[in-house]
Amino acid sequence: MKTLLSGNEAIALGAWEAGVQYASAYPGTPSTEILENFARYPGIRAEWASNEKVALDNVVGASFGGARTLAAMKHVGVNVAADSLMSVSYTGVKGALILVSADDPACLSSQNEQDNRQYARSGKFPCFDPADSAEARRFVGIAADVSEQFATPVMLRTTTRLSHSKSAVEARVPEAREFKPLPPYEREGGGSRVIVPEVARRRHPEVEARLEALAAWSATEGFDRGINRIEWGETDVGIVTSGITYQYVRELAGHKSILKLGMSYPLPLDRIREFADKVDTLIVVEELDPFIEEQIRAAGIPVAHGKDVIPLCGELTLANVRQGLYLAGVLPEPPEPPAPLASVSVPRRPPALCPGCPHRAFFYNLRRYKRKAVLAGDIGCYSMGVMPPFEAMDMLISMGASIGMAHGFAQAGGQESAIATIGDSTFFHSGMAPLASAVYNRSKIVVAVLDNRITAMTGQQHNPGTGITLQGEQGREIDIAAVCRAMGVTFVEEVNAWDVNAINKVLRDAMAHADGPAVVVVRGACVFTPHFHLQPKMRVDLTKCVTCGSCFRVGCPAILKSDEIYPASGKQKATIDPLLCTGCTVCMQVCPVGAIGREGE
Amino acid sequence: MITTLNILFVGVGGQGVLTASDIAAQVGLDLGLDAKKSEVHGFAQRGGVVDSHVRWAPVVGSPTSEKGTVDVLMAFELLEAARWADWLKPGGMIVVNRQQIVPMSVSLSDAVYPDEGTLLAALGERASRVVVVDALRLAEQAGNTRTVNTIMLAALSTLLETDAEIWENAILRRVPQRYADVNGVAFRLGRAVGLGESLSQ
Repeated sequence: MKTLLSGNEAIALGAWEAGVQYASAYPGTPSTEILENFARYPGIRAEWASNEKVALDNVVGASFGGARTLAAMKHVGVNVAADSLMSVSYTGVKGALILVSADDPACLSSQNEQDNRQYARSGKFPCFDPADSAEARRFVGIAADVSEQFATPVMLRTTTRLSHSKSAVEARVPEAREFKPLPPYEREGGGSRVIVPEVARRRHPEVEARLEALAAWSATEGFDRGINRIEWGETDVGIVTSGITYQYVRELAGHKSILKLGMSYPLPLDRIREFADKVDTLIVVEELDPFIEEQIRAAGIPVAHGKDVIPLCGELTLANVRQGLYLAGVLPEPPEPPAPLASVSVPRRPPALCPGCPHRAFFYNLRRYKRKAVLAGDIGCYSMGVMPPFEAMDMLISMGASIGMAHGFAQAGGQESAIATIGDSTFFHSGMAPLASAVYNRSKIVVAVLDNRITAMTGQQHNPGTGITLQGEQGREIDIAAVCRAMGVTFVEEVNAWDVNAINKVLRDAMAHADGPAVVVVRGACVFTPHFHLQPKMRVDLTKCVTCGSCFRVGCPAILKSDEIYPASGKQKATIDPLLCTGCTVCMQVCPVGAIGREGE
Repeated sequence: MITTLNILFVGVGGQGVLTASDIAAQVGLDLGLDAKKSEVHGFAQRGGVVDSHVRWAPVVGSPTSEKGTVDVLMAFELLEAARWADWLKPGGMIVVNRQQIVPMSVSLSDAVYPDEGTLLAALGERASRVVVVDALRLAEQAGNTRTVNTIMLAALSTLLETDAEIWENAILRRVPQRYADVNGVAFRLGRAVGLGESLSQ
């Protein structure tokens, strides 16, 4: 029987079927569900690591011990892990080491759209690119075999449209499996696992030779095992493609000859040359960088069209691949797509902090420092602090960067104060090292840790701050305020996330603190956690509302404009949607005329 | 018998759009066809616009459709029906929930949520049929506001040449046993809306 699985669910199943015994990851869209699903299979250990480098280091150690392993992360997470990644390519692996890189063309939930196939070239290890869930499942097993046969880390690269689309696979109910302890550690042949300069110099030529052997594997077994394949059609045009892009190419130009590369690095160049010789015109269709195209051109194989007709930026779709193949002379001119409705103007619907969100009262207060301080933000739901009505964020680049940016701004002589805003999970991910640096160098910055007791944006994953493990066991909880004090921060205050005045006061005190960085831990559980409790709903007393707009400035989706006009201003009074309100009281606290109260009071 | 179909589910984060599209994709498999669907996770989900494509065919390639090729637009929120109407193919159909979720841009600026009459008239110009479902009210009537999904899918089932039972079974496989009865009621309420609309037009 067939069942629908997302690419991520299929990778989890494939990993379990391939005998992966240990997996580690840090959550990040679009990769998160891989470990969440893998964690449910029997006889395995699956963990959330505190960041992606830790996740990779975990699986390196497990692989050296002989376990089949998998680490999963989003594309920018690989940047965090890259230090170890580049060197584990030199040391080689023992048990299979599969790194899943989930790329995000179109930045649906990311800060850039880097193409992580480039890591495979830079690090000199193979990269597999499945085109649907069934392939994702199957490729994991083949990737594990390749990893062990060639003693190399292997990248399994997905993109959002693979990770988060569901397609049919043969269903399987997992049978019981025991967790097997590793055999005694084998030291023989393990000398290359200590990558001091002498070893690294010896290993480099061996890595280059391994890469040639992998290209030969791709040209032979890669085709025999269905990783790469040629679908012959009309031979006036031959299209080289890989990953999810293959689906667009086949749907639009399935009548032409297609060389589908399930392995995008290293390339089977002789097989590509043979394919090119048998077609009149060679076209390369790939998402993001001209990764395959450049290698084919560099090998002296003529390419008629590639990035001259296929977009370099953004996600590929049926529509833009159709346009590209039209420009390449393969398809007829596409019809004009329908126009948006002309008779109505549709207001935008940007994402917003949820009703009851524990970040709301903080950003309502942080707004006041917009002119006095430079506001360095970080990655999480609280990135939405940049949006109206708060617009309380001046810089944001990557996970954990807020504290380092604030520190650098202050130390370079910034005229304004600097306030960093970082979440609990991000603090453990990469906030502790820059805080240590700030304490050590004694910068007078304010660090606000928004501790909502969960990794929220990616869908409520646990982290060291909650102490619950991925497999649901009680781990050990780490207290953020205690960590900061132990690091030598002399001002550490905790404050209730929904207490508007208390946050105002503690921020003022923190700004006045002269001795090194000051840390404010804003504590309140995300509305999606069991720790969040609904309170009696708020309602507006329309006889009291004077349309001052204060409640709208807390940016709550539950606060709406009513139909009633306040004569003195001519503006619509506020009302509260009882379906959305959680009773968090932030709007009640900021209303200057007491027009907002609890229902039934 | 249907052999190919593109459905586009749209709504607001938290409305259950992804669950509904899961079930519709499963119905494609249950009909003996290939099926794929796309999802949206992460940043966009937080109160923002959610879209999910479902495609049925003997062999489905892309998990997403092209603008102008959607057979049925399933809008869980009225304004979202208008936002996505250009994805509909000429002669396509729309199932739209009357529920209005006012975006923050309306509360924080001069942007206006168009009135229902204007929106439905505009939708009517694009579609061969617009089925308007008061899904929240019907869900309350069925006994649980979380059956909005079931009501919308039931209305969809009346527009397609498919066996109602396949839809109801696919829904019941997805809901906890203790909610089977209330979903059964919701399914019949949704069917009635779909069939009523088709009788009146």
